[in-house]
Amino acid sequence: MDFSDTPEEAGFRAEVRTFVDEHAPHYLAPFLAKSGFGNTHTGDYDTLTEAKKWQKTKAEHGWACLMWPTQYGGRGASPMQNVIWSQEEGLYGRLSSLFIIGQGMCAPTMMAYASEAHKQRYLPKLASGEEVWCQLFSEPHGGSDLAGLRTRAQKSGDEWVINGQKIWTSGAQHSDFGILITRTDPDVAKHKGLTMFFLDMKSPGVKIVPIRQANGNSEFNEVYFDNVRIPDHQRLGEVGEGWRVSITTLMNERMAIGGSIPTGFPEIYELVQTLSLDGAPAVENPAVKSRLAGWYVKAAGLGHNASRMISALSKGEMPGPENSMGKLVAGNMMQDIAKFALDLQGQAGSLVDPEIAEGAARFQAMLLRSPAVRIEGGTDQILRNIIGERVLGLPEDLRADKGMPFNKIPTSQQDKS
Amino acid sequence: MDFDFSDEQKLLADQVKRFLDENCDSRVVRSVLEGEADFAEAVWQGLADLGLHGTAIPETYGGTGAGYLELCLVAQQLGAHIAPVPFASSVYLVAEALLLWGSEAQKLIWLPKLCTGEVKGALATTESLTQLRPQDVATTCSGDRLNGTKLVVSDGGIADLFVVLAQPESGSPTPALYLVTADQVQVQAVDSVDLTRNTARVTFAGASAQLLTGEGWSALQKLYDRAGVLFAFEQLGCAQAALAMAVAYAQERFAFGRAIGSFQAIKHMLADMYVAMKLAESNCYYAAWALANNSADLPLAGATARVAATQASQLCARDNIQVHGGMGFTWEFDCHLYYRRANYLALELGSLSEWEARLVDHLPLQQSA
Ligand SMILES: Cc1cc2nc3c(=O)[nH]c(=O)nc-3n(C[C@H](O)[C@H](O)[C@H](O)COP(=O)(O)OP(=O)(O)OC[C@H]3O[C@@H](n4cnc5c(N)ncnc54)[C@H](O)[C@@H]3O)c2cc1C
Repeated sequence: MDFSDTPEEAGFRAEVRTFVDEHAPHYLAPFLAKSGFGNTHTGDYDTLTEAKKWQKTKAEHGWACLMWPTQYGGRGASPMQNVIWSQEEGLYGRLSSLFIIGQGMCAPTMMAYASEAHKQRYLPKLASGEEVWCQLFSEPHGGSDLAGLRTRAQKSGDEWVINGQKIWTSGAQHSDFGILITRTDPDVAKHKGLTMFFLDMKSPGVKIVPIRQANGNSEFNEVYFDNVRIPDHQRLGEVGEGWRVSITTLMNERMAIGGSIPTGFPEIYELVQTLSLDGAPAVENPAVKSRLAGWYVKAAGLGHNASRMISALSKGEMPGPENSMGKLVAGNMMQDIAKFALDLQGQAGSLVDPEIAEGAARFQAMLLRSPAVRIEGGTDQILRNIIGERVLGLPEDLRADKGMPFNKIPTSQQDKS
Repeated sequence: MDFDFSDEQKLLADQVKRFLDENCDSRVVRSVLEGEADFAEAVWQGLADLGLHGTAIPETYGGTGAGYLELCLVAQQLGAHIAPVPFASSVYLVAEALLLWGSEAQKLIWLPKLCTGEVKGALATTESLTQLRPQDVATTCSGDRLNGTKLVVSDGGIADLFVVLAQPESGSPTPALYLVTADQVQVQAVDSVDLTRNTARVTFAGASAQLLTGEGWSALQKLYDRAGVLFAFEQLGCAQAALAMAVAYAQERFAFGRAIGSFQAIKHMLADMYVAMKLAESNCYYAAWALANNSADLPLAGATARVAATQASQLCARDNIQVHGGMGFTWEFDCHLYYRRANYLALELGSLSEWEARLVDHLPLQQSA
């Protein structure tokens, strides 16, 4: 066991530091530092433009998507080097949220299933942020039960014709491309009739309708497909193998989200040191200490879990389903922290005006955004199922639709009676 | 960075596990629980023969000098087996105190005997029905004579050597730590939530005492920083064993025509136990490193491991009973052994709320977001 940098790691860190010192958008630092969870602040600068600019700069100097092979725009770096990179990139990493889905989930799927020509064409631009990707999985009838999805793909010559609807598609409005899971055969069991594609979001027949979220923002969208045509060479994996392909995406999703997810601990700790409670800094209150200790234990535990995972990856081990716990712990924690932070502020905790509220209303933003963390990318309940079944080896849930052809599965109370 | 135990360390853990699987099953635990034996003497001797008491004690004093990472893994196995031996008191507390503050002569006398298991140690601090505070210590030492009563001494019923917290009558601002041998004290067994730990009330009436360190209170904090990590590993082992027992039962017990582990209420409870255990495990591993390397991070890392492992062991032990239904509340099933041990360990060395406060007090000021 050893937590210090090896000489090679120290050398690499120095190299990263030099690059970040010389090229990072330092003028954004004060704004980024104030970014509340779910809101990236860039002051008067446009966030999207600034995010793309920083990504482009990184790519030009070989610091984008470090672990990808160089021919696809990466650096061929090790998992450990990637960790060092994100430690040193620090605040500026907050500009990357726009690219997480594309780089963290779509790209690994493309690497595993796209043709060489497509990889050469699409991956470098994904790495450089010139093209943004989204993930078109969830539907009104297929969220947790993703395999219940209904969007149809029908073969027509060398093309597929897509009809149906996706929902909750984050970033669709900024996206150039997306990976799309469809139903190609409704007569077989639900997992068996699925097929994956990628498509140009500007294709005729694609309609994107933003959804207003509970926190007032509009990050996710409805996406409608009206006779959208996709060439067969944009199919990812075999026809009917879409479920297996989606597993690649979802495994990477939990890695991409679970490893680096914010917990809210640094923010609450900062608050209780300055905020007064009963005439003394809040941190001196025993009840506050108890809460704080409980959260620190979780934040530190998740951090050490991530380090253990990196260590195992470095030795060639595969990440397992146990990484599902990261988001499960962090999502609940953030929600609790937000609630507690507002409690300590009394009635003023209700203010959301960033000009007046404490810390530019960061805890209010956390309160309003954190419920989504417990839903997106697998709900708390689904994650517990995964831990129970795939980590602990408990028997599967009883599934009422087991083995049924897709088009015979009940979808509402009426269907059942 | 390399965040894992080495292959040799894992091999040692495996060897300890096999020894305890063979020699320390729940029948052995129960023989002590039922009062048929004061402690598991064969297990105690076997551990000593394997050189495990001296895992972190230098060879000059009779140990193997293997190190603290190794000792942590031994602790984890002892916790998993609820071993009814005074290992924690002797090794993590008394031997450790001697290593830290003993004179060369004291080390040469006591450490080799602690390594062979010939001498068993105990730490005597608590006097009243409240959390421990330095200003409340009523046991006194005048010259080399110690007077007072310690109310709850783990393994006190079988100890040969005590480390005692007492106030010097010379008017020192802090209590001191003393060494006292068993022939100088009166010992009265008292029942505790974990009947396998030989808890005793120990009375000192003019007991002959040797000073270990005058700065007793800060010494005790330092001792807790270190021992806290080892206790956390015992708690981690206890959590893992209770979780494994619960998972096994959830797979084999049927109700409503299906394994109870397929009910989400049970499955999700087990998932939460796993998460608590895993958080404790990772915090423990980091603390093990901090302990072995005398890192400046030790007080925080140790408290973090201790708090996480207390939470995990209490949760896993509690919900293991729940998973077992009525069977879980019988004397016959082993669930209560974990429940008792988990809740006993949680109170030794100071309770959860005390450790939570320690943790927060050691957080670096201003951790910027
Ligand atoms: C902010 C945000 C961004 C998102 N971004 C994307 C995106 O970019 N692309 C995309 O494809 N999707 C995205 N999603 C969708 C997300 O993956 C789904 O919302 C999620 O998987 C849950 O599906 P659902 O909404 O259909 O809820 P449902 O599946 O209907 O769940 C409703 C409730 O039932 C519970 N439940 C369902 N099944 C089970 C079960 N088997 N056992 C126990 N409980 C169960 C759930 O836990 C939940 O509490 C996003 C969601 C959010 C909130």
